[in-house]
Amino acid sequence: MNSHLFQGSLLRLTAANPDSSADVDALMRWARDSEYLRLQEGDPAMPRSAARAKEILSNAQDHDGATFILRPLDDERALGFVGLWANWTHGDAWLGIGIGDRADWSKGYGSEALRLALRYAFTELNLHRVSLTVLEGNARAIRAYEKAGFVLEGQARHYSRYDGQWYGEVFMGVLREDWEEKDSSSKIQVPN
Amino acid sequence: MSISDQLFEGEHIRLAPLDPEKDAETESKWTHDPDYQRLISAQPVRPLSPGQIKKKYEEAEKEKKHNQFVFALRTREDDGAGRLIGFARIEHIEWNHAHGGLALGIASPDDRGKGYGTEALRLLLRYAFDELNLHRLTATVFEYNTVALRFFEKAGFVIEVRRRQALNRDGKRWDWLHLGLLREEMKDKDSRFKFQDSN
Repeated sequence: MNSHLFQGSLLRLTAANPDSSADVDALMRWARDSEYLRLQEGDPAMPRSAARAKEILSNAQDHDGATFILRPLDDERALGFVGLWANWTHGDAWLGIGIGDRADWSKGYGSEALRLALRYAFTELNLHRVSLTVLEGNARAIRAYEKAGFVLEGQARHYSRYDGQWYGEVFMGVLREDWEEKDSSSKIQVPN
Repeated sequence: MSISDQLFEGEHIRLAPLDPEKDAETESKWTHDPDYQRLISAQPVRPLSPGQIKKKYEEAEKEKKHNQFVFALRTREDDGAGRLIGFARIEHIEWNHAHGGLALGIASPDDRGKGYGTEALRLLLRYAFDELNLHRLTATVFEYNTVALRFFEKAGFVIEVRRRQALNRDGKRWDWLHLGLLREEMKDKDSRFKFQDSN
């Protein structure tokens, strides 16, 4: 068995808490940053109401797969989220991830969250592959995905339009075998 | 193309509205054909009663937030109601980015290979690009559905994404292909939209 599934060296995978005003505030705060929203989803960017933030946190607890709120090891502050939306029949899941506050970007949180999410996907959900899409030109994210084991699978052309410019949608996927090759934690065995 | 060119009328088939009472009977029969279901859907195959189908129509009607357009494909032979041969959808539309997905199915093997799908596709492309004013369409195809792949490629769709081993069918892994078509790629092909007998 692997060591603690939810515990990394920088952060923890924890439950989303719709009843926590700190979590609701965090989701509203992140959504004041339109760049964060545009990199996150294709819907028109809109500031988030408290009700909507609460709804997102509630949905995180109840869907096929798992969504986690990322928190540092030693306090309850929400850093971001990582979620897996599973298609059980085919053993595939869509992955979504975000580190909310700019002050928390580029600190290795995203990479560690990806590592933990993939370990969870392959060793707990027993999936065959994990999929994601990312906006063309989001080099920081694409680098992190490649580091975690994701492979470029194609690009849908002219998929989004921002500020009068077309962007492609980059599709990436990681098979169990890609991940096993990449992540040494897939090989950790506890002697019986 | 001009405003007088008919949007819904093909030579042999038409894009028609759903008739929940009658169509549910027919579609229930289609759900008993696993070969067909596995060509058009990644969901587990499951036979549905006419009642269940009708419920599905109602839910779709409720849920559709103006980002989905559903058509029944009917023959024009008896110029009245026509015979239901399949369905078509322009769906998952993101208006702010002017893109959508396209899905199309001809249910009975007897109705395939007769050009009905090609006719339907022409009508749908014109509807998507000249009525909805979309900029791009996505169609997805399972690797083993080589007929559909050729069908979309012939119309100008390009394979853009190959989601490796994303399907598990009979214990075998298959790729899930995404194809894209941009509006401007249709520009010089205006005649494709046109029918000889636009009466």
